[in-house]
Amino acid sequence: MTTSRNSGARTAGFPTLPGTDRGARRDFLTFTVHRQTFGLPLEAVDDVLDNRPLTPVPLAPPEIAGSLNLRGRIITAIDVRRRLGMPAMAPGASHMSIVTEYDGELFNLVVDAVGEVIALSEDRYEENPATLDDRWRDVSAGIYRLESNLMVVLKVGPLLDSIDGAAGAAGTPVGD
Amino acid sequence: MDDLLQEFLAEASESLGLLDGELVRLEDTPDDGEILGSIFRVFHTIKGTCGFLNLPRLEKVAHAGEDLLSTFRENAGLVTPEAVSLILRCVDAIRALIGALEVSGAEPETDHAALIADLKEMVAAGEARSRSGEVEPAATAEAAAPAASSAPADPQPEDAPAQADGDAVSAASSPRKADGEADGGANSTGGAGREVAASGKSIRVSVDVLESLITLVSELVLTRNQLLQLARSKDDGRAADSFQRLSRITTELQEGVMKTRMQPVSTAWAKLPRIVRDLSVETGKLIELKMKGGEAELDRQILEMIRDPLTHMVRNSADHGIETRQDRRAAGKPETGTITLNAFHEGGHIIIEIADDGRGLDIARIRDKILERGLATPGELERLSDQQIRQFIFKAGFSTAETVTSVSGRGVGMDVVRSNVEKIGGVIELVSVPGKGTTFTVKIPLTLAIVSALIVGCAGQRFAIPQICVSELVHVAPGGAHRVEMVNTAPVLSLRNRLLPLVSLRDLLKLGTTAAQQEGGAGKSGDNTRDDYYVIVAQIGSRHLGIIVDEVFDTEEIVVKPVGRMLRKIPFFSGTTILGDGSVIMILDPNGIAATAGHAQVSRNEQATAMTQGEQQRSSLIIFRSGDRSRKAVPMALVERLENIDAAAIETANGRAVVQYRGHMMPLVALSPECKPRSEGQQPVLVFAEGERTVGLIVEEIVDIVEDQLVVEFKGDGDGVLGSAVIDGKATDLVDVGHYLTAAFADWFGIEAGGADKDEGHEKKRLLLVDDCAFFLRMMSPKLAISGFEVIEALGGEQAMELHDRGIDVDVIVSDIEMPGMNGFAFAEAVHSGGRWSEVPMIALSSRLTAQNLERGRNAGFTSFVAKAHRDELCGVLRKVLQQDGEAA
Repeated sequence: MTTSRNSGARTAGFPTLPGTDRGARRDFLTFTVHRQTFGLPLEAVDDVLDNRPLTPVPLAPPEIAGSLNLRGRIITAIDVRRRLGMPAMAPGASHMSIVTEYDGELFNLVVDAVGEVIALSEDRYEENPATLDDRWRDVSAGIYRLESNLMVVLKVGPLLDSIDGAAGAAGTPVGD
Repeated sequence: MDDLLQEFLAEASESLGLLDGELVRLEDTPDDGEILGSIFRVFHTIKGTCGFLNLPRLEKVAHAGEDLLSTFRENAGLVTPEAVSLILRCVDAIRALIGALEVSGAEPETDHAALIADLKEMVAAGEARSRSGEVEPAATAEAAAPAASSAPADPQPEDAPAQADGDAVSAASSPRKADGEADGGANSTGGAGREVAASGKSIRVSVDVLESLITLVSELVLTRNQLLQLARSKDDGRAADSFQRLSRITTELQEGVMKTRMQPVSTAWAKLPRIVRDLSVETGKLIELKMKGGEAELDRQILEMIRDPLTHMVRNSADHGIETRQDRRAAGKPETGTITLNAFHEGGHIIIEIADDGRGLDIARIRDKILERGLATPGELERLSDQQIRQFIFKAGFSTAETVTSVSGRGVGMDVVRSNVEKIGGVIELVSVPGKGTTFTVKIPLTLAIVSALIVGCAGQRFAIPQICVSELVHVAPGGAHRVEMVNTAPVLSLRNRLLPLVSLRDLLKLGTTAAQQEGGAGKSGDNTRDDYYVIVAQIGSRHLGIIVDEVFDTEEIVVKPVGRMLRKIPFFSGTTILGDGSVIMILDPNGIAATAGHAQVSRNEQATAMTQGEQQRSSLIIFRSGDRSRKAVPMALVERLENIDAAAIETANGRAVVQYRGHMMPLVALSPECKPRSEGQQPVLVFAEGERTVGLIVEEIVDIVEDQLVVEFKGDGDGVLGSAVIDGKATDLVDVGHYLTAAFADWFGIEAGGADKDEGHEKKRLLLVDDCAFFLRMMSPKLAISGFEVIEALGGEQAMELHDRGIDVDVIVSDIEMPGMNGFAFAEAVHSGGRWSEVPMIALSSRLTAQNLERGRNAGFTSFVAKAHRDELCGVLRKVLQQDGEAA
């Protein structure tokens, strides 16, 4: 079913030695969340799903969109918009999801739309700008300059780690 | 790692697992050549293989151990506690080495010089003693060992069998009582081990392979379920046949594969004899460990999870429960304390009892600790019964331990034990009698992987509830037989004369809070806006709780999968699963629901926990105000219904307030003359029923329903108040329902029905009512008195037998089943074993009418059974029983 991958590449920032290896290229899957383009290192991507029905989980933390059945495995879907403090999607709006494995468990990142796989060379890489919002700084491994816009490299670990069931147990309603 | 090494390690750790138990048995029976032989073989094999695999450290340790063991072979008198301790140390060292080898594939740099030196010294001392010809009983050898005389004597030839020595010391008194042999189940561990070794019919399969098989079977079951749904919609005969076969084979495969996960409970017990032995050496106590039912099997996953809790409980029993020899002697008990482990199947569960005959839990110490840890205030403690105080040992923060280690179980508090047991859907209960001992009862499901579940719907979502927790389904609809009533803000369902507390799943999970569904839901309970719904009666321990849902679908075999990491803190789900149609649903955890809904802070067993003080049983009470505004309470079990009667419907007849109720006239009584029925609006009334007759008790206002452990201060002046109790922190009068019923029946029904009902020509039948709960006795006897019996009360089986011995004749006996000390079964057996009551019909009262209980009760000699809450039924059964008895006579 799902193969486990080198976890270092998935969660760690990139690159290790900027400037020494200028010609190296890396593959990213791009996606958009509320008009912002993000990228996830391709090796961290297990699967891409289109509009799948989600089962809401009562009392779950608000960042959790629900759970779904992926070939017999039950995986937790994360509402990336909510996690990043962006406005919620319009009801019924189409969405897609990216399946990624983190710490032995599969997660499904619900995003607006999935773009394409692109290979980017390191000379397009920039550190996080100093003015980046705190909420974003934690989950961003840096910025790539694309032709027409900027792409934020998403760090899955910090994105998921901060979602804690404790808030849900206290009784946050779902989908309010 | 190379295969050979891996196989060696697996085999060695398996034999080592059995070694602890064997060594402890050897200590009890030093002259048992067979046990010694099997221990010796393990060491010998390890030593030999090590040489072959080039593991010098392990070889040295095993060799030194083997040397000491061979001195045992020559002279069983050398099997002293010190020597056995040393061998056990050696086993630990070997185990550590093997553990390290399993991890790294290489021997660790541990220094075993000290251990080896100790072993050698012991060997030398032993040889010296053997040479001296000293073949003394172990008890004295213990002291003499270091100072062995050096007189030369003919040593046993190296190759001589051990029997000679065995015979010589057959009279040796072991430091501990050796009736493990006599007790058939005690040596099941050792027995099983040998069986495996001897048969050769089993093969070693890695757990990973099994786990993946199980996962595959789980997937297969899911696919089968999906196909099942497809097949239902299509009508193709040939396909249906094939499908039937596939389905059956899948089920069989599932059962077969699940069987591979099953292991006897004794595998979780294997270490216990060693632990008890070490503790008894450490503390100087004499402790005997009895193990029964070790062959009962359960899922290895569950076994893993209960291993540590069990170890901890046994350790606790040995450490805190069993007294020192001196204390036991002073208390008039045998010097040897006993810890009994007993496992048996009951329904889909396995029950493990851990009982000791020690001093029981020390209430004063627990009390101090509660205060010290700030778990309750002195004022709160004041109001708690002993049984409630005992339950504090299960609370987080009670244990002194700061760190939690799972390996040894040492330092793990009972709260961790409880949460581990509950994690796997189990229940733990505790009974402790001061001076007599403590019994923990752990009830756990046999398997976790695939369960049968009921699928329910609420607010458009589906959920699964494990079938094992569901005892009943009730459909509530307008005009139906059942309806939900509100007591203050708490919904209750009156079900066969019992009021069942309800929890609305919609409210609990905050479902349907979306705008679309909000319009009708202004009320507190969203479910009340629907008038057609279901109540799932869930059984949690011995308690019941109704869960309100909108719809009930089907039962399905579901594969339980763990809840995602981020969802684990939600207390209401025990897992998640995929249904036949592929959708994901959550599995509800009735335990969690009950706990969070505030109804089951401590798991309890109403009957089992009611110990010597029957007054302290937990009861559900209806709290109300009446007349003088003081708080009054009646037990919920006695109340038939709660009604609001239109004041205009209240009439007066014979100078009494009455109301037409369900086709009959119902008299209304008040607690005091100043409490008059209202002249307008709604009059709240508690309805009590006795057969066809009903009486309404006028109350001002129903305040609440509480569940509390009653500590009643009885007063006996018969003015309608049984006594008073502190309920919910406020003084509350307990109303003597019997008093008012008698008043109503005598004044009202007495004129009409009295003559016909009571046959004046007959003497009153004498009824013996046996229950361990004084409160229950006081409630029941007036009712039975109204029905025309002369009631004699006995507080428990022992007291009843005293009455028997005093020569008191009775016509019929009504007895509770669940009583501490002599329970109902034992009492019935005692009654029917001869004597003046042997022909007296007996009726059993039980709150748990399981098939098993019925069977047991019938064997014990009970004529009939009545559920404890069924007062009407009791009267009916009594009439019938006495009639039959009369005809037979």
